[in-house]
Amino acid sequence: MSILWLRVALGCYAVGLIYALVALNRTSDLFSRIAIHAASLGMVFHFVSLAEAVLLSGQITLASVHNSESLLAFLIMTVFMIVYFIYQTTSPGIVVFPVVFLLTFIAATGQQPFLLTSSGLRTGWLFAHIALIFTGYAALVLSFGASLLYLIQESSLKSKNPGRIFTRLPALQVIDEIGYRSLLLGFPFMTLGLIAGSVVAEAKFGRVDFLDPKVFLSVLMWAVYLIMVYTRWNAGWRGRRAAILASFAFVAAIVAWAANYFSGIHRFVAS
Amino acid sequence: MKFQLIGVNHNTAPVEVRERLAIPESRLPEACKKLGAHPGIEEGMILSTCNRVEVIAHSKNGSVDLRGFLRDYFQIDPNEFEKHLYEYREQDAVRHVFRVASSLDSMVVGEPQILGQVKEAYATARAVGTVRAQLDQLLTRAFAVAKRVRTETSVGSSAVSVASVAVELAKKIFGNLHGKQVFLVGAGKMSELAARHLMAHGCASIFVANRTYDRAIRLAQKFNGQAIEFSRLYETCDRGDIVITSTGSPHAIFRREHGEMFLSRRKNRPMFFIDIAVPRDVDPGMNKLDGIFVYDIDDLQQAVSAHVADRKKEAERAEAIINSEVERFQARIQTLDVVPTIVSLQDHLETIRQAEIDRVRGRLGEMTPDQELAVEALTRGIVNKIMHTPISTLKTAARDAEATTVIDLVRRLFNLQDKKAAKSGGDSGSDN
Repeated sequence: MSILWLRVALGCYAVGLIYALVALNRTSDLFSRIAIHAASLGMVFHFVSLAEAVLLSGQITLASVHNSESLLAFLIMTVFMIVYFIYQTTSPGIVVFPVVFLLTFIAATGQQPFLLTSSGLRTGWLFAHIALIFTGYAALVLSFGASLLYLIQESSLKSKNPGRIFTRLPALQVIDEIGYRSLLLGFPFMTLGLIAGSVVAEAKFGRVDFLDPKVFLSVLMWAVYLIMVYTRWNAGWRGRRAAILASFAFVAAIVAWAANYFSGIHRFVAS
Repeated sequence: MKFQLIGVNHNTAPVEVRERLAIPESRLPEACKKLGAHPGIEEGMILSTCNRVEVIAHSKNGSVDLRGFLRDYFQIDPNEFEKHLYEYREQDAVRHVFRVASSLDSMVVGEPQILGQVKEAYATARAVGTVRAQLDQLLTRAFAVAKRVRTETSVGSSAVSVASVAVELAKKIFGNLHGKQVFLVGAGKMSELAARHLMAHGCASIFVANRTYDRAIRLAQKFNGQAIEFSRLYETCDRGDIVITSTGSPHAIFRREHGEMFLSRRKNRPMFFIDIAVPRDVDPGMNKLDGIFVYDIDDLQQAVSAHVADRKKEAERAEAIINSEVERFQARIQTLDVVPTIVSLQDHLETIRQAEIDRVRGRLGEMTPDQELAVEALTRGIVNKIMHTPISTLKTAARDAEATTVIDLVRRLFNLQDKKAAKSGGDSGSDN
């Protein structure tokens, strides 16, 4: 059943995806309202799906690889909704919807989930690790989306020949604020998530192997994240430079994510 | 039901005429009452703004002497104003009301205030009871039309002056202008205008730098701002989020290196340069810096003319909407007319009665004239009794806005053909 609800949610997000594609060259208030309602509905089904998965597996850590993608998508949507309620803009959806759709799609169509080995090993820490890291990821995705929008808006302002998307996007400073706030919000989560992760690893292996690709890439991603927050806070980097950094962090995050498949210590497969 | 409208606006009358006819808000209710009491007028309202004064009336025959009202109320000779007055009747009056409410008749086409002003005038007249069913319908429709024009066209959504384009751009960069600082370099008239616009939209404070320090002080005082000595320009300019330059300098005052300096002092917070000087005060290379946006006078003017062209195109679309709405309104008013329905109801029942009498006549055989009369009276009596309630309901319904529903219901209950209504509806059932 859980996968069924997830697929219904996927259908709702598909409306958002279409909105994202259409919004690139057309403006429609009605459509953005439809998209936001479809997305909220999707979130309800998504939540049901997640809750059911947790109940079924009987443990809160769950963390099959597909459930985790689903959870990440859900968290991204949550951050998106927070932004929507504060700023009343669906523009970040142009980036957020495709990402969420893709994640949910993978989760909804994937093979039977395989479970993470958590055999009694500090389950609380493990759960904290997953939840914190994912919230960090969600914030990062939104921040990345905002920096892309910033670039679009900046170049249309500079070209002096604003296209149609110009009238739709929020003001440059508002986009900037959205990006910076999600960055600030995500950083403590990411940091604490990594700490929680190393606690789990210590307990399991006795030490943290920094040469393991997963660990190495995660630390790299965290470092880029730190640089982003620092340059923004200290020198007010935004616009092109911030976007380049954000893309870098985003790529690092994806690679770190993908490293699950190569890592010796971060396997989801039951041993 | 006949609408009629008389008035002056910014196109037909200079301000001296308009101000003599203007009615202040405080005296509007009393003026509406006088209008309602004017002979022949059943309903009436008055719209008085700085750009127009219009009297809208509804009467039985549609040819009330509205000039007479102007004469009585303002104690003027309407002939003196004749060349400024316009008068519309029926369909044209409806169209004019729709155009005014949709801001197509405004000085700046698409400006949004007029709709609010019409709504206020309507509320005032309604409160004193001179707007009832008919004008109520017209105005309610006009508000719906205005809303349609606003949502379906973008006639009101673009800025059409250099100053308002500058404000629009500033908003696109900074979002909310509250708390933003404006820095004027050079104290020209146009930069003053732009600054005034920006302040009206919430900018917090203003700095003025000018080669003649006295003028800087004078202008700064006007805005409650701060005058800056020209020699300290580069030290202080980064305090402005929006910089408006209009000096007579023969070469650029702000170059790339200044921009870089400002950005590093401002921690890369964006800056908006509005350069209305010719020759330009800001080196175009500045626009290449991340976070600095430079618009010169040509850029602004180009945006203005693009917007003006857009508005013209949109105004044409809006006129098309209005035309179709006028037709719809007219058609609706006609269906509101209950007479055709009553006539066809009577016809319908009479046909049934005749047919039934003819049918039984064969079975009853020869009847005496007395019997004939009795049958006639009996059937007629039944039919009239049956018809009584629907007809009186229709007549009551004609007086309120629900008439269409009732007409529709009666037509469906008795299966009346529309053809007849359409034929007689055109001239309000005068074939009765």
